[in-house]
Amino acid sequence: MNRFDYARAHDSAEAVRLGAAAGARFLAGGTNLVDLLKENVERPTSVIDIQRLPCAAIEDIDGGGLRLGALATNADTAYDARVAERYPLLASAILAGASPQLRNRATNGGNLNQRTRCYYFYDTATACNKREPGSGCGALGGVTRIHAILGSSEQCIATHPSDMCVALAALEATVRVEGPDGERTIPFADYHRLPGDDPTRDNTLAAGELVTGIDLPAEDFGTHYTYLKLRDRLSYAFALVSVAVAMKLGADGRIETVRIALGGVAHKPWRVPEAEAALVGATPSHEAFAGAAQRVLQGAVGRGDNEFKIELARRAIVRALQQAADGTPQSQTDKRVA
Amino acid sequence: MDDTVHPATLAATPESSRDVTFPITLQLNGKAHPTRVEPWVTLLDLLREEAHLTGTKKGCDHGQCGACTVLLDGKRVNSCLVLAVSADGAEVRTIEGLAGGEEGGELDPLQQAFMDHDAFQCGYCTPGQICSARGLISEGHAKTREEVRELMSGNLCRCGAYTNIADAVMHVLKREGATS
Repeated sequence: MNRFDYARAHDSAEAVRLGAAAGARFLAGGTNLVDLLKENVERPTSVIDIQRLPCAAIEDIDGGGLRLGALATNADTAYDARVAERYPLLASAILAGASPQLRNRATNGGNLNQRTRCYYFYDTATACNKREPGSGCGALGGVTRIHAILGSSEQCIATHPSDMCVALAALEATVRVEGPDGERTIPFADYHRLPGDDPTRDNTLAAGELVTGIDLPAEDFGTHYTYLKLRDRLSYAFALVSVAVAMKLGADGRIETVRIALGGVAHKPWRVPEAEAALVGATPSHEAFAGAAQRVLQGAVGRGDNEFKIELARRAIVRALQQAADGTPQSQTDKRVA
Repeated sequence: MDDTVHPATLAATPESSRDVTFPITLQLNGKAHPTRVEPWVTLLDLLREEAHLTGTKKGCDHGQCGACTVLLDGKRVNSCLVLAVSADGAEVRTIEGLAGGEEGGELDPLQQAFMDHDAFQCGYCTPGQICSARGLISEGHAKTREEVRELMSGNLCRCGAYTNIADAVMHVLKREGATS
């Protein structure tokens, strides 16, 4: 770990001011940043401790939505009675991720801003365009079991590791940020970005901007939803493929609204609006869901070890849509896939 | 700590004469523990190297094994991923602080249950397992054995004593759940 200065911010304005220094990093729960410090992947000049900022509340907002403070922990969010009742998809996704100890410490803002767990990003002895621009991509031609099948570039095939963000994408949350130029909001679909020719940037935050909260819209998808996560061991592992589905059925049983977001397959939670639109008006059926899966995975490319993920994702999408339609969401305790 | 200290003032101090330590106070197993720490020192290293509370173990040092689990303000966390300076003012309870009172005091029921159920082989993961189980019970989200298994998944046991660990935790959970 390199040596760095440390400062504690007491309000967001002070945090933004201190965070504007070159090489500054915000510290919230620290579950990812401290690990990256130990690996010498992050080498900040200063660490700005934002844990005491007053944005840890979870509160109702006008219009029936819910605001999740950036510093509320993942555990406090997942077990919040309003989240559990109105946004069970989000609670389920959070509880599918990490471990109880990590969820007790990790924050909502930090979850959005966590870095990829690509082995080559973590290993400073290897090439990585995300860590060291222009050095190349160790994953291309390397071990690719956990890598992207959608939206990657020749520069980077890393995936975003979050479960929570997959649910937030399906729920169409809004990210609230504060920076040197004031406050603004970012639709969730625009928050994370694809690697393109600049994989160093995971998201669309401007320099010095701080996430202060996440707004959930009133539309809550409390009945027809699921978060289906498939991984190499049953608990405490990152997704190979995960699927969040939020659905509304009409009185006639036909699909009125559906959102499908994938985790573990791209540099950001993956959604294909055309695939969702094509399901509207359909009666839930294996055929309809298989068609949707085909559309979601259009353009998927495997690179050696991760080729299996295309078929795995196809089956996971169909299964998740069926679970949501049936109103039988995946249990995060009993991992048997029904 | 002195809340007015921040990089702007630190940067004004020549590198050679810079005091890079920060004063912090932890409530460590019920006693005030004032000290000074460099900002890159983890809570785990402070516990083991400075406070000599070596019951808390360093396994992976990356938040993957749970051997370093302690209770921070009553919540179980991986102490290897907490910068000690950021825990200023917090209450920390380690395996040494779970038994009642002074030396020779009554064991925490979880400590007794781990012995009664033979819930270990080498014992390296045990302090983390017990602190984690203490956190699990106070969180109150686990009722069934299946839920205990899932919510203890942050603690690895390479000897594979999971079956007996789950037995020990269930034993205490049932007893304490009935009285609370």
